[in-house]
Amino acid sequence: MSRARAIVAGHADFASGIVSAVVQITGRDDVFVALSNRGMSAQDVERTLRELASAEGIQVIFTDLPAGSCTMAARRLQRDRPDLAMVTGTNLATLLDFVFSDELEPFDAARQAAEKGRAALMLTGGGPVGGTRAT
Amino acid sequence: MPLELFRIDDRLIHGQVVVGWGQPLDLQFIVLVDDEVAASEWEQELYRMGVPPEMDVFFESVETATERLAKYQRDPRPGILLTGDIETMSRLVIATGAVATVNLGGIHHKPGRMQRLRYVFLSGPEEEALRALAARGVVVTAQDVPAGRPLPLEEVLAGEGSR
Repeated sequence: MSRARAIVAGHADFASGIVSAVVQITGRDDVFVALSNRGMSAQDVERTLRELASAEGIQVIFTDLPAGSCTMAARRLQRDRPDLAMVTGTNLATLLDFVFSDELEPFDAARQAAEKGRAALMLTGGGPVGGTRAT
Repeated sequence: MPLELFRIDDRLIHGQVVVGWGQPLDLQFIVLVDDEVAASEWEQELYRMGVPPEMDVFFESVETATERLAKYQRDPRPGILLTGDIETMSRLVIATGAVATVNLGGIHHKPGRMQRLRYVFLSGPEEEALRALAARGVVVTAQDVPAGRPLPLEEVLAGEGSR
């Protein structure tokens, strides 16, 4: 089995849940390591993230929320490791794109994944029933 | 009261604060009281990054927070004051005499602390410090998110970590 290429970190079961969705869709369970911040202090999150990134030689971290403690911890890691890329606001489309971008350098794959994730957000419907919304 | 919450949370600015409390309270400013953060531009930039652009963040040491607390309390916008530990909040309470309630929002495990709630771990000296705040008339409760019930200090200290 190849080494994981990225960490997915977030609140409660966000990381394990979204990684399980990636595995269901792609069959690839070797790309991401999931980390939950549940019950952890900011220092605990940072230490765990640092250990995981170091042990796996990881250069990309995906987090769920800009204000989240995982995002803060990742930013602290970046101070010591400027090569580390972080994407926050991660959605399923982001991770799916990253899975299939293993020919790219980690930073380029992360940048492309962030763009795909942003582009995947859409709003449909919401108009009046049986008519068109007045403008 | 414009400063809606005086919260002790070792994660300082994070999701529960910005979103969990921020949305229902319509928070428009955060006063982060921490001597170390107040002395570090890098730390301040890190925490600023975590809040939406329409929310102000003010960084204060205990000393400068003591001088400016009355000004923050007169601010008509909903705000929250954060410290990362009990000692910092105690110093602020004692120095100003102007804090009526304290919220325990997240004090996590480290050596020497005993679990009291799912999100509150306390050492003996920290328990004493909280009792001292209560003895000064400060209402101390634990509540991680607005949807939870505020637990009185005596209930917290009697807890064994199951809630």
